[in-house]
This record gives sequence, structure tokens and C-alpha cells, in this order.
Amino acid sequence: MSVLLISEHNNKEVKPFTYNAISAASQINEDLHVLVLGSNSENVAKSISEVPNVKKVIHVDNSMYENYLAENYTSAITKISENYSHIICSANTFGKNLMPRVAALLDVSQVSDITKVISEDTFLRPIYAGNAFATVKSNDKIKCVTIRPTSFDPAPTTGGSAEIENGNPGDETSLSKFIKKEEIKSDRPELGTARVVISGGRGMQSGENFKLITAVADKLNAAIGASRAAVDAGYITNDHQVGQTGKVVVPDLYIAVGISGAIQHLAGMKESKVIVAINKDGEAPIFSVADYGLEADLFDALPKFLEELNKLNTIQK
Amino acid sequence: MKILVAVKRVIDYNVQIRVKEDGSGVVTDNVKMSTNPPDDNAIEEAVKLKEAGKASEVIVVSVGDEKAQETVRKALAVGADRGILVKAEGMIEPLAVSKILMKIVGKEKPDLVFMGKQAIDDDCNQTGQMLAALLKWPQATFASKIEVKDKSLEVTREVDEGLETIEVNTPAIITCDLRLNEPRYASLPNIMKAKKKPIEQINASDLSVDTKPRIEQIKVEEPPKRKAGIKVASVEELVQKLKNEAKVI
Repeated sequence: MSVLLISEHNNKEVKPFTYNAISAASQINEDLHVLVLGSNSENVAKSISEVPNVKKVIHVDNSMYENYLAENYTSAITKISENYSHIICSANTFGKNLMPRVAALLDVSQVSDITKVISEDTFLRPIYAGNAFATVKSNDKIKCVTIRPTSFDPAPTTGGSAEIENGNPGDETSLSKFIKKEEIKSDRPELGTARVVISGGRGMQSGENFKLITAVADKLNAAIGASRAAVDAGYITNDHQVGQTGKVVVPDLYIAVGISGAIQHLAGMKESKVIVAINKDGEAPIFSVADYGLEADLFDALPKFLEELNKLNTIQK
Repeated sequence: MKILVAVKRVIDYNVQIRVKEDGSGVVTDNVKMSTNPPDDNAIEEAVKLKEAGKASEVIVVSVGDEKAQETVRKALAVGADRGILVKAEGMIEPLAVSKILMKIVGKEKPDLVFMGKQAIDDDCNQTGQMLAALLKWPQATFASKIEVKDKSLEVTREVDEGLETIEVNTPAIITCDLRLNEPRYASLPNIMKAKKKPIEQINASDLSVDTKPRIEQIKVEEPPKRKAGIKVASVEELVQKLKNEAKVI
């Protein structure tokens, strides 16, 4: 039986984590079909058909899919589910919202946020904010699985030419209505996929002071993150939050500035390859996960850090 | 308008988790337990709606062992009117919890069901969405702002790209984000008063819901330990290490 992956897109472009989900799904079974539910979304179907891992694209183009609502997506998925052994999507806010709705209607106990495929029915997943890892085996006939995108490399985006089949729309419901999305546009790399992330915490003391972070981020072509405390305090918007209930990031370099390192924050960044902590409290728990710790006042250290970076002849982008 | 709030008793968010040596789970004996943090936001929001005259009754429900009664009692101490404890032993998966809650919804007929967006123990993030599916109700997950309208709610949701606003018809399920509100603490007089509020006890086995786990937990292990790092003395040393040792800039 084949595996069905639900793609995430904005009707024009495929969202990057879809490619990570594709590579996880094809580890389960190479016979991978991808469902595209969209409106005027031909480009999305075409892009996905070019991923070599994809065997078939099922494209449903209907005005009801102009904006993503779990209520409208669900029935299109459950109607074709009996052809599949697995239904997969990424464990970001898109998939977290959608998959349990699908799973419940199929009477399936979902496996959330897997970081490793052990076999077609056995997976590894973090629990307790990543302070423990559970190996779990799903015994349901259809397996509903969400994958942690940062734990899987993205699939290649070119070289394939999968068949694109037109699928049937699900039932339209009027239970919910999309009103608006306030998307924060930025020229910076996306937080979830950036090579370098620099994050600020409560120690930043104000939103204004984040300009110190921004200056370093510009120099390193880094994405900007934040602790929950900084977001709660209104220093920066929620889409920057890294942690158990925010985003999980695995950059090559993570720089934590003025972040004490609560368990909930560590859950979102401790898999980063190299971690730097800048904090004036030498006892802060963040130092226990940092490869390089600098005990210093961030208001002195950040401008100096930028100055030193400026002295370098080359900086990796 | 009646609001049902579902709460879960979990290991306190400040506790350092220890994995059992036999790999069967994590240590829960003699460990501080608390209400799942975003469930506190769910209770707070329901109580606020009652105080604003928009809700008539706030009922709190928990599925768990006898001790989950403490979690229900705590919700009563911050303003919920009455409680329900559905007694069940062992690990109850979100699918089974949502089936149990569906029975409670059938009995209590609330207009809204609130709960936290995710439990911080199993980190599943499923129950609200599953309950919405089973009831064929709309769902507004990860809510950071709720505005009650005539027969609907306008809900601002925290999503990866920023904020999204949707309108859901009532009845509806709302899963609450930590930024929805600032949960209050119970005052001593209210803690005393809560002792007199009723908590109905129901056995999960009497609800004809199959609570047997579908997922086998094969083993639980500690995460790989990170190698201890070093402290650098200056910004110059930091930059030099990042450039020449870690080779990341």
C-alpha cells in the first residue's frame, strides 16, 4: 500500500517543510503520493511532481481550498484514506491542526512529531519537551503520523516527473471561516530552516534592544528567534518563539542572548550543531548546553561581537 | 452559554524529568504534579467569560486517576462552578480521551469546550482537534485571542507565519495558547469555597469507551547527552573559536 502525504502551500509555492515531510514519508514507503488541496494551485502540483521521491500527485483544485481550514481539508483526505497505509504531514502548526481531525474520523491513534522512522510501524518521538524519547509502535490499520520537519533533510526539488491526477474535493463545511492572516514578511532566512539563528530572551529588556540582535543577524544572514519570555513581554512577535510550544530549530549555529535556558526553551534548540550562550548570569542553565559560553553583559558583548565579525575577511552565508 | 473546560494533571513544568532505568517510562513517584500549563489559560478564559456575563456556567472535567481530583479542585478554586472526574488508570491516549469527552459533551451539552493546545507530558497536541472531529464541530486551535459574537467566535490563532484570524460557529472547540491570558492564582478564601463545590465522579469503564492503548510504547530513553562546552573569556576568543574551531562562521 502507498503512503499519502498532505502538502502545505500557499497556492503559489510549496512550503519548505513539505520537502522534509516528503523525505520522511519516503523512508516509510517509496510508493509516495502527495495530496495538493488548493485553489488555482497548478504551480504547487507541478513543483511537487518534480520531486524525485514522489510517485503521484493528487491535485484537487477548488475555491473552497483558497485558505486552509482543517474542517474543509479533512473530508478530502478521509475519502481517499482507504487506499493508503499511512497518512503523513509535518508537525508544524499546519499539520498539528489538521492530522488529529483526520485521525479521529478514521478511529486512529495518531503518532505525533516523530524524529526517526525505525520501521513502517515503529517510530521515535520526543516526549516531555525532548527530555525523554519514546519508541512507539502503531497498531492501527492506517497510521496517521506527523513528522518533526527539522529531523529530516528536505527531499530534492528537481529531477522527478510524477503523474498529476485530478482528485475529488471533499465536503464543504460552513463551520468555520477564514478571516485574515497577518504574515510577517521578512527578507531573512526562515527560522525553521536557517543555517544560523540568533535569539534574544528576557535579558534584552525591550523590543527596541532587539536591534542589537538584528545587526548581528544581518551580518551572519541569520534568522531571529526569541524565548517565550521575550514574546510574552511583547519584545517580538510570536512567530519568532523557539521552544516546546514554539518552533524547533536545528541550525549549524544557535546564539542565545540573554536567555536563561528554561527546559521549554531548550526543547526547541538543543539539537543545534553549535550553541553559543551569552549571559551575564554564569549559573544560567543555558550554559549547560552551550558549546561556547560567554559570561558577559549582552549590551557590551553584542556590539563587540559585531565589531569582531566585521574584522573577518569572509563570513559563511 | 455553558463552557466545558478539559484539564490534565501532568508533571510540573519545572521538574527535571528522569527516565526509569528499565525504560518503561519516566519517574512519576514523589514528583510534583500540576495542571498542564495551557489548561490554566483555558480555565482562566472560561472564568473571564463568566465574569463578563457571557457564560452562564463553567464546568471543568479531567480524565485520570483519583489524584486528578486535585487538578479539578484547583480549577474550582479559580472560578469554575463544578467539576467532573472521569476515573481511568494507566496511559489514556488522546483518541480515547476525546471519546470520553464526547460522552461528557453529550451529557452536559456545552456551547464551547476549552482546553490547552498541548499537554506538556506526551506533547501530542491532538485531543481538542480529535474531539472537534468526533462532534463534527469547528475547531480553533492555538488561540491567543477570543472574541465572542452572537452565534460564533472570532479567534486569533498563533501559526508559524504569524497570526491568523478565523470565525467558528458555536458550538466549537477552542485549544488555548499560553498567550491567551494571564492565569490567576487562587485566593485562600476561594480555595476554601472550592472545597464545597461538587465534583461528580464517573468511571471511564461506565461510559462504554474503549481506553485500551492502540500505540505500544516499546521503550523510553534519555536523550543523547550534549558534550559539555567551554566558557570563553572574551568576545574575541568567541569569534576566533567559531571561525577556526567550530568553523561555523
